[in-house]
Amino acid sequence: MVLLSARDIHKKYDETEVLKGIDLDIEQGQVVALIGASGSGKTTFLRCINLLEEYHQGRIELEGESIGYSANGRRRKLGERQISAQRAKIGMVFQSFNLFPHMTAEANVMLGLTKVRGMSNAEAQERARHWLDRVGLADRRQHYPYQLSGGQQQRVAIARAVAMEPRLMLFDEVTSALDPELVAEVLAVMQDLAKSGMTMVVVSHEMLFVRDVATRVVFMDGGLVAQSGTPDEVLHNPQTERLRSFLGRFHGIFGPV
Amino acid sequence: MIAYNFNWAVIWRNWDAFMAALALGLGLAVVSLLIGTIIGLFLAYARLSPSPWISRPAWAYVEFIRNTPLLLLIFFVYFGLPEIGIYNLDKIQSFILTLSGYAAAYMCEVFRAGLASMPRAYGEAAKAIGLRPWQRQRYVVLPVMFRITLPAVSNNLISLFKDTSLAAAIAVPELTFTARQINANTYRVIECWLTASALYLVTAYAIAIALRQVEKRYAVVR
Amino acid sequence: MELERGTFLYEAWTARWSLLEGLMVTISSSVMTIIIGTVLGFAVGLVLTYGMLPFRILARLYVDIMRGIPVLVLILFTYYGLAILKIGVKPYWAGVIALSLFCISHVAENVRGAVQSIPQGQHEAGMAIGMRFFQRLRYIILPQAVRRALPPWVNTALEIVKGTTLLSVIGVVELLLANQQAIARNYMILQFYMAATIVYIIINFSIAQAAAALERRYAYLRY
Repeated sequence: MVLLSARDIHKKYDETEVLKGIDLDIEQGQVVALIGASGSGKTTFLRCINLLEEYHQGRIELEGESIGYSANGRRRKLGERQISAQRAKIGMVFQSFNLFPHMTAEANVMLGLTKVRGMSNAEAQERARHWLDRVGLADRRQHYPYQLSGGQQQRVAIARAVAMEPRLMLFDEVTSALDPELVAEVLAVMQDLAKSGMTMVVVSHEMLFVRDVATRVVFMDGGLVAQSGTPDEVLHNPQTERLRSFLGRFHGIFGPV
Repeated sequence: MIAYNFNWAVIWRNWDAFMAALALGLGLAVVSLLIGTIIGLFLAYARLSPSPWISRPAWAYVEFIRNTPLLLLIFFVYFGLPEIGIYNLDKIQSFILTLSGYAAAYMCEVFRAGLASMPRAYGEAAKAIGLRPWQRQRYVVLPVMFRITLPAVSNNLISLFKDTSLAAAIAVPELTFTARQINANTYRVIECWLTASALYLVTAYAIAIALRQVEKRYAVVR
Repeated sequence: MELERGTFLYEAWTARWSLLEGLMVTISSSVMTIIIGTVLGFAVGLVLTYGMLPFRILARLYVDIMRGIPVLVLILFTYYGLAILKIGVKPYWAGVIALSLFCISHVAENVRGAVQSIPQGQHEAGMAIGMRFFQRLRYIILPQAVRRALPPWVNTALEIVKGTTLLSVIGVVELLLANQQAIARNYMILQFYMAATIVYIIINFSIAQAAAALERRYAYLRY
């Protein structure tokens, strides 16, 4: 079943077109890795899905519901209430964590549950504890973000997003800001999530993670989808010179992926 | 709606008085800033001194000035100096003395922050080429510090200019005093105060814009 | 203790009720101004940050004009202006209105600066969990902005306390004028001015200390 479908997404900053007509279907339960050089538009596309960026043409549907813009007639942006409700169905984790610094880990996870989902405090707390436990931070519930390492902060951010029980999770280079020794703990949480059947779109430069966890790899180049397929097809049978040279950068470090 | 008939003729008739008053206020601000800068610089070095016998009094002076209302300081100096045997200051000199001492405290804070934010490497580089301590200050540290603190100094000048309005309280004929007098003589309340407000506003922004140009010229590449 | 006629303590004791009244006027006008200025300044600051363009321009104009005019001129303008417009208010209120106009502009600018200093990522994180604009403002942005706006707000409060001395110019008997009235009777210029100075320093130091304690409580707010 197709969960998310994007059709002909175009986006411009001033005069430069950064997305030039993206088409992508994502099936329920897939883990899709978006790879590509910086400036290829992968992060921008991810942000369009969650309406953190506006796009100028095209349509994105989540379970058949048009996201962000009216489904028929003239293309019109939806109201804030509708957009917020749609965003609540899509979880997002950022490169820079973006935890709320004035709240404990637990309060970070609870905020959306109480204010958006309308849960009682007790209910929200229970769920927050469940997810903090799940990401391995049961003993850090009452810590403030500044008391946590980068890896721990990012795991709280994942718990905060997943606790909302979204239909789809977006990960925007979530390990890029981390010290190398903290990357693994975050990737482990993501792998665990993937195994549980969560549909995920992951922008990442962690090629080993992409190879082992993704069910589908999408190579973006110049604002377009250049190649898409299983990890094996894309990583081992690059169809274009651009992809070959992109992958070549990683070979030097990790050996052939 | 309350009827009020504007009569701007009063303002034009007194335009020269307004201008003279404005010039006096500006002059008071500039002179006080200059004196305050010199004293403030010494105070800043004193505050950074390792000896508490030097840094504490400087700290006390700055805190005293910053926590005391300016109007009170003005009265204190103007009425208080004759009490301790200093009779030869007129209103304007007394006001300049007060505003300079006041400016010195604020400039001290500006310079202290400037000196504290000075990259160590400058001083060390100066040391490396063999400059003596006072030469290091004179040729390296101070020029850089003045450039770093220029925006804060501009702000202080604008504040001081607005503060010259308080000289009206001891009958120094600057803008506020003049506006009040013309107001009293003509009863053209709105015209008088609109004019005074506009003159302060325009001058404050003119100072800001002019100093912005100076700042651009001396911008430190960091 | 026997107080001797002609000593400072004797004169201060004689004038104690008027001095105390002056102190109360200073405190009440400060508190009044700070409350009005903070509440309205907060609103203007939000308009300055998030308002629709025409409102934002109006707010910007107001703030920039108020910050370019000396407080004393605002006070005299308000005092004489209200009188000529036949709006009968006591000098005390004319003064509080004028000081509030000034206070609003400073608080507004502080609030704008604090709100805009919160990283955009905080908004985005709130959006990503489906929070609406006012929810993000209330639960995410403002709690952080308030803590950042605290130090400049304290400065503004200290300015207001000192600024109340200007009310003496329109005849409000606050602490400074009360001292001057005492001086007019006994000519103890240095003593009474010194006493007034000490009182102002005590008030301002107390405010600064309270603020510093408050800031220590928010030490966890780091990035």
